[in-house]
Amino acid sequence: MGIEALVVPAVTAAAAGLVGCFAVMRRMVLAGDALSHVALPGMGIALAMHIHPLFGALAMLFFGALLVWALEDRTRIATETIVGVVFSAALAIGSMLASGEDLLEALIGRPGALSSLESIFGLVAAAAIIAFILRRRHQLVVMLVSRDMARTSGINVRWLDFLYLEVFALTVAIGLRYLGVLLMGSLIIIPAATAKGLSRSLTTMLLLAAGLGAGATVLGVVIAASLHREPGPVIVVISASMFLLTTIRRPA
Amino acid sequence: MPNVLDVTNLSVGFGGTPVLQHLSFAVRPGASLAVIGPNGAGKTVLFRALAGAIAHTGEVRWAPDARIGYVPQKLDIERDVPITGVDFLVARTRTNPRQTVAMADVLPLVGLSRTVIERPIGSLSGGQFQRLLIAFALLGNPTVLLLDEPTAGVDGPGEERLNEMLHRLQRERGLTIMLISHDVTIVHAYATDVLCLGEGRSHFGPPDMLSPDLLRSLYNEPVAVHNHGH
Repeated sequence: MGIEALVVPAVTAAAAGLVGCFAVMRRMVLAGDALSHVALPGMGIALAMHIHPLFGALAMLFFGALLVWALEDRTRIATETIVGVVFSAALAIGSMLASGEDLLEALIGRPGALSSLESIFGLVAAAAIIAFILRRRHQLVVMLVSRDMARTSGINVRWLDFLYLEVFALTVAIGLRYLGVLLMGSLIIIPAATAKGLSRSLTTMLLLAAGLGAGATVLGVVIAASLHREPGPVIVVISASMFLLTTIRRPA
Repeated sequence: MPNVLDVTNLSVGFGGTPVLQHLSFAVRPGASLAVIGPNGAGKTVLFRALAGAIAHTGEVRWAPDARIGYVPQKLDIERDVPITGVDFLVARTRTNPRQTVAMADVLPLVGLSRTVIERPIGSLSGGQFQRLLIAFALLGNPTVLLLDEPTAGVDGPGEERLNEMLHRLQRERGLTIMLISHDVTIVHAYATDVLCLGEGRSHFGPPDMLSPDLLRSLYNEPVAVHNHGH
């Protein structure tokens, strides 16, 4: 296995860790995780139309994020309920559109080398995601503490909400190929949750989340290749173990 | 000198239930307006409407050079996040760099040391956290401070120090201060104007308009509450 087989997943995981930091602190873990499910029907339709499933996933994720954004003005509980119902339904519809090997790969990812389209798109998108989080992190922090204080500080709160959700959706899209619809959400959430428990400042949390995500991914891809297994489940098991180990070690 | 704020016929409702109705008042530059009233009278709703965070009818006219620093009472964040006071203040100065003042200029005003703000915000005391929020607002170089119960969750002596700090800021920097309070003694000590919000009624005037009768009708307090004799 060449080094290039590790670069795209590692950069993707670092981007996912950064995005996840704000998802974890905003307490939108459930909505974020469910959002990734919406990719499945998109992939199913794309396969049926003989186009690359990535494009179907991207389109559906864009609208999924738009839906979460439109619902965010309502109370949080109502949003979680609607998101849970709609995105589970999306998963069910997607499962009916695909079948057999295709379905399994869409759900938990596919082993093997990335195509050049997948590699280039993944790298460009991951770089854009990392740039977005680093550039907007200050505004995101203010909005996290108080949306009203953010407004009086001159931040367009709804626009930043929208951008963040679309960046979240894009992050899901670039990880689908090797983590799948069911597992990509955990690569965004778990390293960030681990980093949150270990950090006392924002910079530490961002660095740790990116590092833990990339580390678990590289390790997972290498181990999966030697075992001839799909990499996704291995990556998620490794990052979940990191989370559990650091949580148990720390007194409550 | 024109007013800092003119409010005419302001009304706010949620889902058909009116919270504020036909409210009118004005705030002079350098004034200290205390907003009092029972729970549910719409004090926080008023501040959020003035800060432009919620829809309203009627007119809210700020002076063209007014810069608002808003310190809400309720925040959107859990206190267990790894964000330090420095992270939070730097976030403000980087959000609008050209319109903010330096952090080093603001910290002495609120009496916070560098060591304190390098800690995660969840480990700060109630008083320190409130000072951090006020420092955040001051970074925007405001002419008006809107403070929603700044002393809630602060212990007795800390509360007094906080009130004195606000009073000093106002004297030395010519700030206009609008604050929501539950404490009528603070109103008499520091306020130049009072806005009383009650169910459907409101009163605006100098602090000495606060007669026991007015307070009783405002808070709907039964007269017998303080009468222990039988």
